[in-house]
Amino acid sequence: MDFNDTSEEAAFRAEARAWLAAHAPAHELPVGTPLPDSEEAARGRAWMRELYAGGWSGLTFPKALGGRGLSGAEAVIFAEEEGRYHLPKGPFTSIGTGMALPVIARHGTDEQKARFIDATLKGDITWCQLFSEPAAGSDLAALRTKAVRADDGSGDWIVNGQKVWSSWAHLTDWAILVVRTDPTVPKHKGLTFFVVDMKTPGIETRPIRQISGASEFNETFLTDVRIPDANRIGAEGEGWACCMTVLMGERLGSGAHRSGIEPLLAYAAATPDGHGGTMLDDAAVRQQLAEALADEQGERFFQARLRTMVSKGENPGALAGMVKLAYAGRYQKTNGLALELRGLAGIAPEADDAATTDVQYDYIYSTVMRIAGGADEVLRNQIAERVLGMPGEVRMDKDVPFEKLKG
Amino acid sequence: MNFDLSDEQKMLGEQARALLADRTPFDRLRGLIDSGSEWDEPLWRALGEMGFLGVTIPEEHGGLGLGALDLGVIMEALGRANAAVPFMSSIVLGAEAIRLAGSEAQKAAWLPKLASGEAVAAFGHAAGPGPAFAGGAKLDGGKLSGSKGPVADAGIAHVAVVLLDGGGLALADLDQAGVTRTKLGGFDQLRPHYRLDFDGAAAEAMPGGSTAVERLIDHGAVQAAFEAVGAAEACLHMARDYAMERQIFGRPLAGYQAIKHKLADIAVATELARSNAYYGGWAAESAPGGLPAAAAAARLSAIKCFEMAARENLQVHGGIGYTFEANCHFYYRRERLLAVHLGGRGYWADRLLKAQPGSQAKAA
Repeated sequence: MDFNDTSEEAAFRAEARAWLAAHAPAHELPVGTPLPDSEEAARGRAWMRELYAGGWSGLTFPKALGGRGLSGAEAVIFAEEEGRYHLPKGPFTSIGTGMALPVIARHGTDEQKARFIDATLKGDITWCQLFSEPAAGSDLAALRTKAVRADDGSGDWIVNGQKVWSSWAHLTDWAILVVRTDPTVPKHKGLTFFVVDMKTPGIETRPIRQISGASEFNETFLTDVRIPDANRIGAEGEGWACCMTVLMGERLGSGAHRSGIEPLLAYAAATPDGHGGTMLDDAAVRQQLAEALADEQGERFFQARLRTMVSKGENPGALAGMVKLAYAGRYQKTNGLALELRGLAGIAPEADDAATTDVQYDYIYSTVMRIAGGADEVLRNQIAERVLGMPGEVRMDKDVPFEKLKG
Repeated sequence: MNFDLSDEQKMLGEQARALLADRTPFDRLRGLIDSGSEWDEPLWRALGEMGFLGVTIPEEHGGLGLGALDLGVIMEALGRANAAVPFMSSIVLGAEAIRLAGSEAQKAAWLPKLASGEAVAAFGHAAGPGPAFAGGAKLDGGKLSGSKGPVADAGIAHVAVVLLDGGGLALADLDQAGVTRTKLGGFDQLRPHYRLDFDGAAAEAMPGGSTAVERLIDHGAVQAAFEAVGAAEACLHMARDYAMERQIFGRPLAGYQAIKHKLADIAVATELARSNAYYGGWAAESAPGGLPAAAAAARLSAIKCFEMAARENLQVHGGIGYTFEANCHFYYRRERLLAVHLGGRGYWADRLLKAQPGSQAKAA
């Protein structure tokens, strides 16, 4: 066991740090005032171009496909160093590199790889995800958006339906899309995976008015959208396997967010309690902060164990969901505590109190953490079934053709 | 970075686990309770013969001179088996106190005997109700007076390391006229506790005592975390195995989300605690500056996971879990002991916060 870099890792870190010091500052986002979405997305694209030009794109992606073929450990080091800068990274960059590329690399044709991989790595194509639907979230395979072959003999597909929770769909170039192509077979078997140009006629994107006040998610309506068969990824009916490739990327990518505990500790230590001490003198506050810290450290070191597994070529599988489950719940609890400690000032802060405004946003956003990328309840099932070997859920829909299901 | 046990450490843990699975099945624990035994002496002899007792004792004193992670994998196995041996008292605390704070003569006198198992040490840190770490005893001109207690395993121990008024440590032979051992009530039926009354008993000061105490407590907390993680995992697997077999409303109990989700939460808490224990073991050897925070985090998360696991294991078993013939009760009792024996939640929450840079205002 050794937390220090090996000599190779230290050399890689020094190389990354030097390159970032020369190139990252020019791309940093301003602190405080958020940029308009379109500006942030444009900055994200520019940073991807910079990474590509410097040879820092697709670090763990195979060399044969244009990546650098490095180990997971090196990717972690680069992420740690990159994380020292406030850079324009978000779904508008990570859906491409973390979801679209793995699925194209694994299930795509040589033509598709040539067309999309390099363009995505260099930021020429950005991506959104058209998966969830109003009646298909955790049970994604219940989706109803359908595609049928055009009757003109072209082999094209005509898509109709509605997708939801598509982050940044209004500002990205292409989408990964899963639809139903065969309702006569059980639900997981009738799905097919596509990539689609977001400028295709019939795609209409509407922002969702979220409880946070922001609108980074959209609902996307697809009306007679024509997709060439060349943009199908994998065979007809193989859409579910493609989705699994995508969702595995989503799970492993989660968990590297700000913890919020240190600022809370500083706040409590600096805020008078009205009895001559600070809020940090309160035993209940100390207990809650300490438990949050212990959990946060446990998550960090558990993540380190999983990274070690990956670097040895082992697959953490459902263990990765444990980090996400722990993190999401704690994130909500910590931000809830941060609001509570502030009392009424947490609800109604002064205009210049940016820290409290951040806490308010994080508390609202923490609800997303517990739902997206594997809801708490889905993860608990997966842990029970795949880690502990307990029985799967009773399935009423398993061998029933989709069109015969109630709903 | 490599955050995994070495192959040797994994093998050591496996050996300990295999030995304990063979020598201390649950029926043996029931037998020890029924016969009113203080401990599993044959098991202790076996642990000594196989070298487990001397893992962290220096080679020049008859041990193997290994580190905290090597000790940790053994503690995890002992926790899993709920073994009735004074390993925490004699090896983790007693021998380590002598190694850290004892004189050369004290080390030479006791460490070889502790490593072989020929002698057993106890560690007296409490003094009646109140804080987990208290004085209550004075050493004056080589004479020890006062009371310490509850002290685990003091009925069978030959020597005790005791925390003195003012924070130093003393070493006292327990087989002498000035020492009275009084057995206390035993919530954990497999780890008896005593009050030790000293009435001018012969004792020696340990030269490094006052500076070593914090380090010793942190070291003990990390090892207690390993013990609790092993025990929590035993409860988790016991609950899982029972739920897989038990049929209810026409299908296995393990198929219900009320059970699956409960056990998934325990599995997560146990893995977080294990991760913190690993880090504590690593920090003890390689980053001593980070040990206080690492030990506190390990201790807090270990208390949490074992509490969940011990309670819900019995709950999953239902009525059968309330019987002496089922095995839940060993852990249900041990859990309360581990939750408090080296300072409880409040103590470790304080230590964790004091180790944070952001809380210096409070610490000062």
